[in-house]
Amino acid sequence: MFIEFFYLLRQHQVKISIKEWLDLIKALDGGLCGPGLLDFYHLCRSILVKSEVDYDKFDLAFAEYFNDLESPFDIPEEVWKWLNGGEKSKEELYDKIDPNAPRYQLEELKQMLEQRLEEQRSCHRGGNYWIGTGGTSVLGHGGYAEQGIRVGGESRYRSALQVANSRAFRDFRQDNIIDTRQFQVALRKLRQYSATVEAQRTELDVDGTIRETTDNGGFLKLVFEKPRKNTVKLLLLFDSDGSMLRYSKLCSALFQAVHKANHFSDLKVYYFHNCIYEHLYTTPYCIRGEWESTEKILNTLGSEYRVIFIGDGAMSPTELLRPGGNCIIGLYNELPGIYWLQRIRDKYPHHIWLNPIEESDWDYAFGHMTIGAIRELFPMYELSLEGIEKGIKKLLVNR
Amino acid sequence: MKDSMNCFKGSQAYVAGPELMYAVNVAIALEKPLLIKGEPGTGKTMLAEAIADALGKELIIWSIKSTTKAKDGLYVYDTVQRLYDSQFQEGDVADIKKYIHMGKLGEAFTAEAQPVLLIDEIDKADLEFPNDLLWELDRMEFYIHETKETVRAKYRPIVIITSNAEKELPDAFLRRCIFHYIAFPDSDTMRKIIAVHYENVEKKLLDQVIETFYWLRDIKELQKKPGTSELLDWIRALELGGVKVERIHDELPFLGVLLKKNQDFDVVCEIKEKGYSKKGWRV
Repeated sequence: MFIEFFYLLRQHQVKISIKEWLDLIKALDGGLCGPGLLDFYHLCRSILVKSEVDYDKFDLAFAEYFNDLESPFDIPEEVWKWLNGGEKSKEELYDKIDPNAPRYQLEELKQMLEQRLEEQRSCHRGGNYWIGTGGTSVLGHGGYAEQGIRVGGESRYRSALQVANSRAFRDFRQDNIIDTRQFQVALRKLRQYSATVEAQRTELDVDGTIRETTDNGGFLKLVFEKPRKNTVKLLLLFDSDGSMLRYSKLCSALFQAVHKANHFSDLKVYYFHNCIYEHLYTTPYCIRGEWESTEKILNTLGSEYRVIFIGDGAMSPTELLRPGGNCIIGLYNELPGIYWLQRIRDKYPHHIWLNPIEESDWDYAFGHMTIGAIRELFPMYELSLEGIEKGIKKLLVNR
Repeated sequence: MKDSMNCFKGSQAYVAGPELMYAVNVAIALEKPLLIKGEPGTGKTMLAEAIADALGKELIIWSIKSTTKAKDGLYVYDTVQRLYDSQFQEGDVADIKKYIHMGKLGEAFTAEAQPVLLIDEIDKADLEFPNDLLWELDRMEFYIHETKETVRAKYRPIVIITSNAEKELPDAFLRRCIFHYIAFPDSDTMRKIIAVHYENVEKKLLDQVIETFYWLRDIKELQKKPGTSELLDWIRALELGGVKVERIHDELPFLGVLLKKNQDFDVVCEIKEKGYSKKGWRV
């Protein structure tokens, strides 16, 4: 039955209703469809799909339904991905936790680093013991060990507990104009005009005044209306550097979008590294001294601010739960990171957490423990267009 | 397509892909508005011109601004003029019809032959704007309160709506439209487009220009990627400037025609200076 295609599309989350479906039937009955499957495809797509975002979902559903038929569209997604240039498969990207691997605590790792630096006198690549590039040693950079200290370079497994060199994080830049724009569209929904809030009628309604005046035989009759202004104040907290580096493109798109969106009544942006402690940084480089005290921010920004966290929430449990977990060497925190997160949650009733890791991977990606702990505090959404839209709806709802 | 009278096949000045033609023809046949989205410079606005041109119909353009209200497109009641006239005893003030002026939509409804109505950049207006037009576009009629008259379309106009995706359009509105997204043309289509605009471009020059152009578009750091119109301007500039073909890729002459932002300019200059292999520049 052809109607199954309808349900298949809905299953693939293409937003279609009976109305579009009837339109399609009407078009088919009207003989609008050409002879080939390709014509049929174009006809269906132009009537049923209402956004370029859904084109891909439609293609998948179409391919699934017409799989038996001769069609150029039944290339499975995996093959597409494979063709797209050797991106690693999902399984490869995430670490399968090796139960036999020794679990190191932060202090142990620090000691090991010192110790090995003593021992090691030469450049080293690969292997599983010495500090160097690649390999599975817990010390060094670009390696695959699940836990360890990173000595500069890019963390391949997002798990370097320490970044023991000066940071050189690129400022958020705009990489993809389409992404930024789409984020902007989403952010524009984050508004609450004061016409819907309590406000006085202070603005002159010009059209209304003219209408009333002329109806009044030319004698002036003033009409006032409520000013339409966005009242939303926004506090953005970006996780920067470290495990977030790989998402910098995505984050920068969001960052740009927020900055371009000038419709907020106030916008404050702070940065943190992995977790929030006594200080929030004022630049994405997270340099010591370029910060403000978290306590002060909590005291100065009123609870009407809406808070958006952007971070992967993936860190070592010590960073979140223990005093002294701050991963930047030399900064000792008296209170665990989770205390500060709780403070922020309690102070600001409107809060969400945007996570660049795909939602389907939250339960088994690296850092799933801390992600889980954070999800108990904040409603978490994927840092994607869809996730932001859902999150923004959440932010706007009064509790 | 049964009705060969109203079948759009692209026009001499407009290169339309088969998908786009399909969408246009379906929209015309189903009598629904056609919503066109796409990157800036993919010829969204020109499409309506091409359709009007190809089908020999009048084109009515309603450009939307941020302050445009749905009502502006229907009619305007010039109440101030009426007041003046009453004060200075001019004309027949009782005849309200005289003070009703049709907007663009009203114009399209009252046209004597089927027109093409372009509602350009609908997403510029308030969020409520598209929903305010639902009834009018569905039923092709509206009611004038002042005269208690209903204006009904004599010939259902072909409605083309463009959007830059600055705001999301409401679902109820989308449900009534046929939708098409114009993808950025690939190099083959681009050659056709260039051929439509310039007759005799040297093949060697064209090859170089297209290669360089798509290379530029590939640079991910660019904030504003050059579009079709920039490319056309660039070709003109290169021809007028008499630049040698070999120099195009290495020196990027008249870069200002392609790039409109200072930052983008800096990015490309940096690549040029540092001499990164141009193919391999991907970050």
